[in-house]
Amino acid sequence: MRSNVTRLSYAAALLLSLLFASESASASTGPALKAGVFNPPYVAPDFSLRGSNGSDVTLARYRGKVVLLTFGYTNCAAVCPTTLATLAQTRAGLGKAANAVQVVYVTVDPARDDAARMKHYLAAFDPSFVGATGTPDALAAVRKKYGITAVKQGGGSNYAMAHTSSIFLIDRAGKLRALMPFGHDAADFVHDVRLLLVQ
Amino acid sequence: MEQHPEKPLRVKGGKWRPLIAIGLSLLMLGGTGWAALAPIHVASHDELFEIPHGTWARRMAGEKIEILPQTIRLTLGLNDVLLLRNKDDVPHIFGPTLIMPGQSFSLPFAQASTYTFQCTAHATGQLNVIVDPPPQSAWDRLRWRWRKLTNTAWRFAGLPYQHEHGGHG
Repeated sequence: MRSNVTRLSYAAALLLSLLFASESASASTGPALKAGVFNPPYVAPDFSLRGSNGSDVTLARYRGKVVLLTFGYTNCAAVCPTTLATLAQTRAGLGKAANAVQVVYVTVDPARDDAARMKHYLAAFDPSFVGATGTPDALAAVRKKYGITAVKQGGGSNYAMAHTSSIFLIDRAGKLRALMPFGHDAADFVHDVRLLLVQ
Repeated sequence: MEQHPEKPLRVKGGKWRPLIAIGLSLLMLGGTGWAALAPIHVASHDELFEIPHGTWARRMAGEKIEILPQTIRLTLGLNDVLLLRNKDDVPHIFGPTLIMPGQSFSLPFAQASTYTFQCTAHATGQLNVIVDPPPQSAWDRLRWRWRKLTNTAWRFAGLPYQHEHGGHG
């Protein structure tokens, strides 16, 4: 009996030691960005798609700018309007620095989103936004490079597309630096874009 | 009758056992009190999950490997940064994003809430992250430290992350 008590006490002492140790572990600095940060950052996978501005859309074209890359479709009921409105507020909040920011919106619904439709849709948020469309295979290849999911839901002409809603932050050197999950407000984007612009 | 030379020593050591037990019990009591009352200070806000080297090869061989739990529980201000690290040779969809070999992804949370991410690594297609507010009461601090302790012990033993409600995907 006594022996059992002693064993239990030893076990408790060991647990307490672990507890103390877990709160005195080595420190690490937290990420400075509000978004999720990739470490090390690699060059963002490039692509060549048909742009809503009438020319091909590539990331290389926007070197020197911070690119905010997101995926969606113009018939999206809630996620895309929220994201695009947030990104428009971001550019407004950046003032003159907004000239160094490019929003690229890649469709996951090429059957309905042609370049003209995307241009008209995006202009309602910010005329500087560029939409990108292409063949289903070309778009699927781009999604694969970024780990984007897009699944058709429902039938007929009013189908929906369940898709990844995060926004990628690509720095001026073309490196994929961060990913902002859906739901962050414009202030967080302004904070992160300003940091990326000075680096 | 000849007496065993070690017998007297055992009797002598036995005298101290109650005192040792009482001392350790007091230590345990004090430690529990400290765990309940002392403010929590953490050196790192990271909650780390890793894809071990060879995961892809093992999956290709038909092995079912569970890395990321269906639900992850974090606490604001304490362990509120989800750190995902890919130590495998191939890219992996890990939580909310695609992570390259040798790369890590560090996602901070600034609000207590429940977050849902699409995650193809799970059968349900989603990953839940519950971010709790910082512990305020003694009971909350005790529970938080206990959960931290068990997770640390589990990981030290090479066992998967434990969670009150979530299973592994």
